[in-house]
Amino acid sequence: MGPVTGGMSALPTDDKAPSPAAIAGEGAWVSRGPWRRVLDGLLASPTAVISGLLLLLIVVATLLAPAYAARVAGSDPFRSGLSARIEIDGERVPVMQQSTEGLGLGVTPIGPTWRAQYFLGADTQGRDVAARMLYGGRNSLLIAGASTLLCLALAAVVGIVAGYVGGRVDSVLSNLIDMIWAFPVYLLAISLSIVMIGKSYRFGPFEIASDSLIVPILIIGIVYVPYVARPVRGRVLALNQSEFIMAARGLGVRRGRILMRHILPNVATTLIVFAPMLMALNIVTESSLSFLSVGVQPPNASWGTILQDGQGLLYSRPMVSMAPGLAIMVTVLLLNLFGDVLRDVLDPKSARGR
Amino acid sequence: MLAIVLGRLMRMVVVMFGISVITFAIFFATPASDPAARIAGRNAAPETVEAVRKDFGLDRPLPVQYVLMMKRLFVTRDLTSFANRGQKIIPAIVNAAPATLSLVTGAAILWMLGGTLAGIVAAATRDRWPDKLLMGLSMAAVAMPVFWVGEMVNLVTQSRFHDTWAFSWVPPLGYAPLGADPVLWFRSLVFPWITLAFLNIGLYGRVLRTGIIETYQEDFIRTARAKGLPARKVMLKHATRSAIIPIVIMFGMDFGVLVGGAAVLTEVVFGINGVGRLTYQALKVLDLPMIMATVLYASFFVVIANAVVDMLCLLIDPRMRQA
Repeated sequence: MGPVTGGMSALPTDDKAPSPAAIAGEGAWVSRGPWRRVLDGLLASPTAVISGLLLLLIVVATLLAPAYAARVAGSDPFRSGLSARIEIDGERVPVMQQSTEGLGLGVTPIGPTWRAQYFLGADTQGRDVAARMLYGGRNSLLIAGASTLLCLALAAVVGIVAGYVGGRVDSVLSNLIDMIWAFPVYLLAISLSIVMIGKSYRFGPFEIASDSLIVPILIIGIVYVPYVARPVRGRVLALNQSEFIMAARGLGVRRGRILMRHILPNVATTLIVFAPMLMALNIVTESSLSFLSVGVQPPNASWGTILQDGQGLLYSRPMVSMAPGLAIMVTVLLLNLFGDVLRDVLDPKSARGR
Repeated sequence: MLAIVLGRLMRMVVVMFGISVITFAIFFATPASDPAARIAGRNAAPETVEAVRKDFGLDRPLPVQYVLMMKRLFVTRDLTSFANRGQKIIPAIVNAAPATLSLVTGAAILWMLGGTLAGIVAAATRDRWPDKLLMGLSMAAVAMPVFWVGEMVNLVTQSRFHDTWAFSWVPPLGYAPLGADPVLWFRSLVFPWITLAFLNIGLYGRVLRTGIIETYQEDFIRTARAKGLPARKVMLKHATRSAIIPIVIMFGMDFGVLVGGAAVLTEVVFGINGVGRLTYQALKVLDLPMIMATVLYASFFVVIANAVVDMLCLLIDPRMRQA
């Protein structure tokens, strides 16, 4: 296990400036709730702080995409710029250059200029890859984040209902989980995508456009539900047997209250431990689906669609493929690093290697 | 024991039946999905769509369609493709299977060897530089999308450094059958193997390392050390042996899923016409009989792997027999 930064070492005893809670006297220990201890644990770990800050930096950078496109890149990354020309060292250079290889037929997009315009070069449509990376990162992170929340919510409901209600409900839900589990994730996701993507839907007043990001969010959110619902169910079953739940039951506490006050907070840690890892997994899943053209649909961009754009340019303009791959790798790495510390802080006993 | 095995078999059949129903439901019963419209193509006239519907038997009640498809798949075994009319489904899968099996088996050997080695070395040198290096590498390996790794490998071996002595032996992308030319088969698969194994070496190494370190806190390790066994023997014979159980479970699942077609991304990037690619292409043109067959084929391996893993656990750990 990595450096375990339990909450105990970060208790307020050695604070220089007395916090309001410390001034209050003995209440200081009590007032530091479990969540505060988790925060202290995270702050005490350099890995968590650095990876957290870098992740924040990535998020901010992608949020600044419109500013970058308008002020630095100076072109619309969603409109093709096949006839665009840019100035390099006082020369006007076309973005789509005549091919110099072979028969000299066809055009190759400009490579990385390492300047404000077309910093990472252009794609086959003559669009600025660097600007698309930022816009794409925004969508990749949005999809991964939203599908993580969706997955955790669904898994919590399924796992808690199965574990807490038990009986026939449990056996139906557990069998369903097993079945979806036996379905290879990518095949399930591709199947769902092919059926759902490219159409518009109407649900009463809501309309989902055919290129909406909601469809990939739904798909990615659903496919990993069994992986989280199973441990949640196990946790609920274990909690059901634990002494404090039995005591609550013996005292005549209503089922609903036990569920809300005792089961849910204890399941919450399991869910939170899963969150960063799930988000990392979802980023990769999104890129894979988009790479197979069943994820994010044009004109929207994501790191996965840029990878797909770069597929045909792999040997001539590898930067179009390298940049999004590196972005995915760094983001996933940071999420996993952060997730490792979070798991150790929330549950020092568990040392699951994954 | 026999009762457990029989119960397990029953469960397998039930799960596979459930999967076939789910697949069927996804493609036939989803409101958004109209197979006839897909087959007829975009902007097809309504009469064409109706004709297609009748022609392919898509106007019959869903349960009838389901039973007919299953019958033609398993009993008469003459199910044909929707996309390439006349193409028989079962031979297509049988033809694609060896490529996937070659790819996955080779990669599996690599990742089991590499993962075990990495895990043991990391655990033995815990918190020193080999451990830190290996775990850093494994974190990076797990973070990379497999198709991207494949693309980067292709960039190096097929394009940028293909003309150097290091990679000039790499044949063009694609699968060369083992029966025709074993040497070419091997050469064409070296980099797909490495690519597919890469992520799992990181993952397995990590899990094994954690397992060994946990096992080292157990009483029987203390006993083994106290009675004077050499450290290497304690590590390999006692700690690793007990920590390898989760690896076996993971391996069973991963191998089953990959043989069933989950290696689709690796197959696409390296141009290997395996089961994953077959499934993906069938999905793209909504070739329902092919999808049905490949998905069932895939789930068959997953279910088998699941069952084998469960049996192995029962054999290894008698405590699990009560549950």
